[in-house]
Amino acid sequence: MSDLRELYQEVILDHNRRPRNFQKLDGANRTAEGYNPLCGDQLTVYLRLEDGVIKGISFQGSGCAISKASASMMTASLKGKSKADAEALFETFHKMVTADLSVTFDPLEVGKLAAFSGVREFPVRVKCATLPWHTLHAALEEKGQIVSTE
Amino acid sequence: MKAVNQVAAADTLSGPRVAFNVERIREDFPVLKQRVHGKPLVYLDSAATSQKPKVVIDTVTQYYLAENSNIHRGIHFLSEQATRAFEDSRAKVARFLNASTAQEIVFVRGATEGINLVAQSFGRMRVKAGDEIIISAMEHHSNIVPWQILCQETGAVLRVVPINDRGEFLVDEYAKLLSPKTRLVSVVHVSNALGTINPVKRIVEMAHSRGVPVLIDGAQAAPHLTVDVGELDCDFYVFSSHKLFGPTGVGVVYGKAHHLEAMPPYQGGGDMILSVTFEKTLYNVIPFKFEAGTPHIAGVIGLGAAIDYLDGVGLDRIAAYESGLLAYATEAVSAVPGVRLIGTAKEKASIVTFVLEGVHAHDIGTILDQEGIAIRTGHHCAQPVLQRFGVPATARASLAFYNTRGEIDALVRGIRKVTELFG
Repeated sequence: MSDLRELYQEVILDHNRRPRNFQKLDGANRTAEGYNPLCGDQLTVYLRLEDGVIKGISFQGSGCAISKASASMMTASLKGKSKADAEALFETFHKMVTADLSVTFDPLEVGKLAAFSGVREFPVRVKCATLPWHTLHAALEEKGQIVSTE
Repeated sequence: MKAVNQVAAADTLSGPRVAFNVERIREDFPVLKQRVHGKPLVYLDSAATSQKPKVVIDTVTQYYLAENSNIHRGIHFLSEQATRAFEDSRAKVARFLNASTAQEIVFVRGATEGINLVAQSFGRMRVKAGDEIIISAMEHHSNIVPWQILCQETGAVLRVVPINDRGEFLVDEYAKLLSPKTRLVSVVHVSNALGTINPVKRIVEMAHSRGVPVLIDGAQAAPHLTVDVGELDCDFYVFSSHKLFGPTGVGVVYGKAHHLEAMPPYQGGGDMILSVTFEKTLYNVIPFKFEAGTPHIAGVIGLGAAIDYLDGVGLDRIAAYESGLLAYATEAVSAVPGVRLIGTAKEKASIVTFVLEGVHAHDIGTILDQEGIAIRTGHHCAQPVLQRFGVPATARASLAFYNTRGEIDALVRGIRKVTELFG
């Protein structure tokens, strides 16, 4: 159970139960769709990007607790951030969920997202945690295609 | 629970023949003895692939240790021996399905390739623009996509027989879809996502009364039911070795001899020819016409060993034991608060698919895995079925005759743990 508590930390369960920014975004000027064919996770990320700054961000979709909480906490931590900051945080997040167990993280750098450090111990769940971020990346880049984890 | 279920659900089942002792059966499956995450492995994913009895593993090992050789071409001792073992397996499969001759058994890579073979060879020969192909709403992707490809190529139209809320094939709707345009029917025998056993004999009869040939996808049926293609009178029947306790990479197409004779080859190459010149090639006789290239010889021989093993245990006794276990599992799982069963057909085999209120199937899978319990989560390669039931993903526990009531109890404890964690 201790490993499971690492994965399903209270903050993750909370964001799964009550996802933040879980709606369509009025005035969105960027959207992207993400899909995890392995487990059927599907989400849409909405952005309002003005002068390289994320003025608004939200998401919709269905997925497991990890992907839903990840999307929820991503949107909560990116509002008001620049595009460059968002991409940098994605990189840090990605490193955190894929890094070797011995690697520790600067809590200041990852903030609340540290809750996802337990995902490292569950390699098959990494895709769930990163799907919202990959989708965000596609929206920022205006790739206009469906993101898939496969 | 009804008394009859209690009797059948017992781990030791007395029958007209020797008693069925699941603990003794489990001794035959080395993989089941291990621990996963510190817990005894509870393998409830046999619908994805079944475990292999030691005799199958030993047969494959023995082939590579002492018999390895190519078949149908060598004049030397080993090749003759390998050819004999390979063709013995074909005869065993023919007997297993009650085909009238071993010539009606074609070896392919799996049930999926089998359906593709029939679609591309028989289908293309038979189907033209405006014609219709009927499948059901509970098909695996492997019995949807090959027909969609054929429809795209020919301009034919795919028709889908709907299912009811229990996940049962609607025979009346099927009757309405059958028309002079229908050129082919392809239906699953046992649904991998729902466990529904379809009335395939009836389905075949109704199609045949209009002169329409029928393929039955038996991937999930062959490991659990006695299949008799003679009695079913189906035109094609496909299954996979790896779901029948045999090696991966081997599948079987049963086809009525007169169909196979009339069909063009599926792939070209060695072994499927009689003679080749640059001007003209003469194809080999059936079934070899459909077996281009060196096949999975060890796998086919291993499948023969799996069939011998099943004969020894007795498929009738397997079906009786499993039906008791399924009843036990259905009752136990559905009793957990928040659980909703997906697929509650009257006629079912070996599968308990469920969703848990407020919890995604993928999370259930991870938590159960920590308890050593292997189930399948997701869409089970049958996305239209999930769309029908309005769920994005389900959790599926699938049973085989080596599973026990104790393992079902572990599953139920695991699901309760999920509920606790997600509160």
